[in-house]
Amino acid sequence: MLKRRIIPCLDVKEGRVVKGIEFVQLRDIGDPVEIAKYYDESGADELVFLDITASTERRQTMLDVVSAVARKVFIPLTVGGGIRSLEDISSLLKAGADKVSLNTLAVESPSLIREAADRFGSQCIVVAIDVKFEDGAYYVYTYGGKQKTELLAVEWAKQVAALGAGELLVTSMNQDGKQNGYDLTILEQLREVVDIPIIASGGAGNAEHVVEALEKVDAALLASILHDRKTTVEEVKHVCTSHNLPMRFVSTKMN
Amino acid sequence: MKVAVIDYGMGNVFNVERALQAIGCYVVITNDARQIEEADAILLPGVGAFPQAMQSLEQTGLIPFLQRMATEKPFLGICLGMQLLFDSSTEGMPTKGLGLIPGTVERMRAKRLPHVGWNSILRDEDVYFVHSYHAVTDDEYIVAAAEYMGEKVPAIVQKGLVTGMQFHPEKSGTFGLSLLQEWKEAVEREITTRH
Repeated sequence: MLKRRIIPCLDVKEGRVVKGIEFVQLRDIGDPVEIAKYYDESGADELVFLDITASTERRQTMLDVVSAVARKVFIPLTVGGGIRSLEDISSLLKAGADKVSLNTLAVESPSLIREAADRFGSQCIVVAIDVKFEDGAYYVYTYGGKQKTELLAVEWAKQVAALGAGELLVTSMNQDGKQNGYDLTILEQLREVVDIPIIASGGAGNAEHVVEALEKVDAALLASILHDRKTTVEEVKHVCTSHNLPMRFVSTKMN
Repeated sequence: MKVAVIDYGMGNVFNVERALQAIGCYVVITNDARQIEEADAILLPGVGAFPQAMQSLEQTGLIPFLQRMATEKPFLGICLGMQLLFDSSTEGMPTKGLGLIPGTVERMRAKRLPHVGWNSILRDEDVYFVHSYHAVTDDEYIVAAAEYMGEKVPAIVQKGLVTGMQFHPEKSGTFGLSLLQEWKEAVEREITTRH
C-alpha cells in the first residue's frame, strides 16, 4: 500500500542549514549533509532544501550542497528557491536533486512548467503554491509571500496540473508559523480538483495536525516542530499509524 | 566490480552512479561497445517515455549488442530501463522493446496516476516508485510486486541474467541500497563461476 510521506524542510543559506536547528547529537549543527543523514535515519521519506541565499554566488553554493548530500543520502531530494530558468533546473538535477520546486517562475512564465515537464519529466517538477485566504477567497502569492497575484489557488492548481506539474506543494500563509494546524479547507478544495500528489505545508504544531492533513492529502512538509525537537519524524509516524494512516518505517540497517 | 551504465540521453544517470559508488562499484557511464564489453555488469537506467527511449537507444546502434550482452553478463534495468526489457509497450504508440523478458508494458488502470511515493514490496519493506505504466508478465518472472489502488505492480522481475526494478533503488534509502548490494553480490558470484 502506498504510504503517506513526511518531508522535513531545511532552509539553506550560503551553504549552511539555518533557522533554529537544535540537534545536540550532531557534530556540526549547520552542516546540510549531517542534518540530511540524521533525518534520513529517523525515517524522513524525502527532503526539501529551500535556498534562501540572496547573493549572486548562491547557485554554485547550492549545487555543492545538493551534490554533497546526494552522495550520502539516498532518498528523494527536492530543491526550491530562486530557480529562474530551465538551465537552473538542469544544473540542480545534474548535481543530484530529484525534483525542483518552482514558485514565482511558474506564475510568471507558466509555459516553462510544460517545457520543464517535457524536458525533464513531470516527476521532477513540483509547483509550490503559497496561498492566502482574504476577501473570501484563496489567492496565490509569489516572491516568498511578498507579492499578491490575482490568481485563485484552485484555478492555478488545475492549470499547473494540466501543464504537467508532477506534485503540488501548498503552503498556507495564514497558518504558516502559527503552529495551530494546517489549513484543511484549501487542501480539501485542491484534492477535489487535481489528481497529482499534494504536499501540505504551513501550520503544523504537533503530530495530530499532521494526521489531519494526511487524512486529506499525500504528504506533509515539516520544519520548526522537527528542527526545534518538539517531536521527531518517527514519533509523528507512530501517531499517524495509530490513526490508520499507512506510513513507512525504516527497519533495514546495512552492516 | 565494474558496472557500465548505458548513456543514451534518457534521464538522470548521476544518482544511479552515486548509489553504485556508495556500495563499492566502479562505474562507467558510456555508450561505447568496448567499454560495455569490458564491464562485469550492465545497468540500463531511464526516465521518460518508452517510444523516445527506444528511439534514443536505436540511435546509439547498441540494441543488437545489448541483446547479446544480456545473455552473457548480469543486466539490470531500472524504472523505464526495466520496462524496456519487455517485448513491447502501448505507451504513446505501440513500440517494440528489447524483448529480454516476455511481456508487455501497459498503462495502469488506477484513477490517480502516476503511482508516486513509497510502497511496500518484499519483506514488507518500502521502495520509492514513480511511474504510470507497468509490466504485464507471467508470474514466473515476478520476484516481488507492490499493490496500488487494487492493481498488482511488478516491482522486481527476473529472467536468467536479466533483472528489472520498476522503482528507484537508488532513491529508496538503506533498503534500496541493500537491494543493489544483493544484485552486486549476485554479479560477483556470477563472475566467480564464469572464471
